Amino acid sequence: MSEIVLKDVNYIYNKGTPYEVHALRDINLTLGGGIIGIIGHTGSGKSTLVQLLNGLAKPSSGKVLFDGEDLWEKPERVRAARFRAGLVMQYPEYQLFASTVYEDIAFGPRNMGLSADEVDRRVRLAAEFAKVSPDVMERSPFDLSGGQKRRVALAGVIAMNPEFLVLDEPAAGLDPGSRRFILGGIKEYRKKSGNSVIIVSHSMEDMASYCDRIIVMANGRVIMDGSCAEVFSRSLELIGLGLDVPQVTHIASALRECGIDIGRDVYTVGYAAEKLDSFCKKA
Amino acid sequence: MKNAIEVKDLSFTYEGYGDSPDVTALRDVSFTVPEGSFTAILGHNGSGKSTLASILCMLEEPGSGEVIIYGKRMTGEDVTDEDIFEARRRVGMVFQNPDNQIVATVVEEDVAFGCENLGIPSAEIRKRVDAALDTVGMRKYARHSPHKLSGGQKQRVAIAGVIAMKRDCIIFDESTAMLDPLGRRDVMETIEKLNHEDGVTVILITHYMEEASRADKIIVLDGGRVLTEGTPAEVFSDPEKLWEASLDVPQSTELLYRMKKAGYDVRLDIFDAEGCAAEISRAIEKRRGKRV
Ligand SMILES: Nc1ncnc2c1ncn2[C@@H]1O[C@H](COP(=O)(O)OP(=O)(O)O)[C@@H](O)[C@H]1O
Ligand SMILES: Nc1ncnc2c1ncn2[C@@H]1O[C@H](COP(=O)(O)OP(=O)(O)O)[C@@H](O)[C@H]1O
Ligand SMILES: [Mg+2]
Ligand SMILES: [Mg+2]
Repeated sequence: MSEIVLKDVNYIYNKGTPYEVHALRDINLTLGGGIIGIIGHTGSGKSTLVQLLNGLAKPSSGKVLFDGEDLWEKPERVRAARFRAGLVMQYPEYQLFASTVYEDIAFGPRNMGLSADEVDRRVRLAAEFAKVSPDVMERSPFDLSGGQKRRVALAGVIAMNPEFLVLDEPAAGLDPGSRRFILGGIKEYRKKSGNSVIIVSHSMEDMASYCDRIIVMANGRVIMDGSCAEVFSRSLELIGLGLDVPQVTHIASALRECGIDIGRDVYTVGYAAEKLDSFCKKA
Repeated sequence: MKNAIEVKDLSFTYEGYGDSPDVTALRDVSFTVPEGSFTAILGHNGSGKSTLASILCMLEEPGSGEVIIYGKRMTGEDVTDEDIFEARRRVGMVFQNPDNQIVATVVEEDVAFGCENLGIPSAEIRKRVDAALDTVGMRKYARHSPHKLSGGQKQRVAIAGVIAMKRDCIIFDESTAMLDPLGRRDVMETIEKLNHEDGVTVILITHYMEEASRADKIIVLDGGRVLTEGTPAEVFSDPEKLWEASLDVPQSTELLYRMKKAGYDVRLDIFDAEGCAAEISRAIEKRRGKRV
């Protein structure tokens, strides 16, 4: 499994001008394995952080290490990082460009210099994960619905089989069913490929359901980093940071007030129901 | 009670061009929105919510059927330009993307923009802008640049612009979709304040079920039709139906629903954490009581 390490990273926009913004401060993180969620208020630095992972942004100071190698030491490493960490930007549906869905998904793997057969295999597999149905492959991506376009853009990145699939708010603006659909596909990709996934999201409920680890950012810094149970048990701090916990976590706290203690690590409805059930059987 | 909006058998089709086919976005949609009420509209992507919103704001001409805005019929041959102008004055809209709604470089000028277009005297505009900024809690940013605000703050500035025009009814088309949790909380509080304190009729289009649970009434669209309609208690009482329509229920309802399926005697129509916990605790007590 590959690993990306951020070492003492700072990122400053428009350095030395009156518009200077210190977007990331002293970031130290080791990323790799499982599905990692990043939450934080608007402007906390999430998008800047994910753009460091694939070499789209260069740190103002500090290092980005890909499997121990300094990314910015050699230009070819930066180029390779584009494929090793595949970034699905916010609202990626506006970046589709090819004349057919197939061509759009094939663009990345073709750029990697793969054989036509391998490109074809990758495109079909990626389409399956991203739930792009085979019968839209020859259609223009611009004729598709918003949700379908989003999935085509996702397939285009998955087709590069990146060691890190990095998604900036992949489900924003989608209805709950489409959210489940797209996040379910991402989880499946994680499971079958063994590659790491990093998701930025404002939905605490989605993060609780899909992530193994959560990183909390505020004002350019990493404030918390731990399992869902660890992070969501600090609800007051999260609310103070302009964030929240899933509603079911609030319900579990309220239950505790009523004398029904099902634990502080409750953050999905399924788990809450299970714990309630065993609470009742014990009682 | 008088109705702000009445819609009867409304259908709407986007006409195709070239080789793209016609798209029927609304089919026989009927509902009413009482004055001063808070209505939520739910529906999967492409179910027709935004089309409906633009018809109600008179940005899109209704197809067939009837649309009545504050007692005036807006469909038929005899609708005048004044009628349409008046309807547009009374019904306003706040959109999804906070960045696309900003027109000026100073917050108070942005809020004043709509009023200036209405030809309102500047002394009156001054008063309205200050009052509107107070309502949304953004008065202290009056002279700031809107571009430096957070998403939630930008949306509250957009809302202030609509309030300053003295709209009687405001439609929010997924206005919380791009916001972080705090931005969403602030905008929801502002919307509820407008509704409760100022009597503004609110129509909220959203994918967040917890936001919808705060409305007086929910209308669910599915493929351009009204799938179901009622109070949050009524609509959320059938989670399976909503899941099938690509929607969801609040987590409180989902948890209660699971308890019910496990044989507990619980109501489903409770949407706040404390109420939900109290209901579960009551049901557990009751079952224990039976056992002894
Ligand atoms: N291109 C840019 N130029 C200048 N400042 C920027 C730019 N992009 C982001 N910023 C600023 O950097 C900070 C972090 O932004 P961002 O990484 O987009 O945060 P998030 O994704 O958490 O909302 C914010 O203060 C933002 O205004
Ligand atoms: N300008 C347009 N031209 C053609 N079809 C459109 C247009 N706007 C929306 N549609 C179609 O009408 C249907 C309803 O869309 P919309 O009202 O935007 O739904 P929602 O807001 O619920 O996502 C969809 O099938 C959509 O593709
Ligand atoms: Mg961002
Ligand atoms: Mg819409």
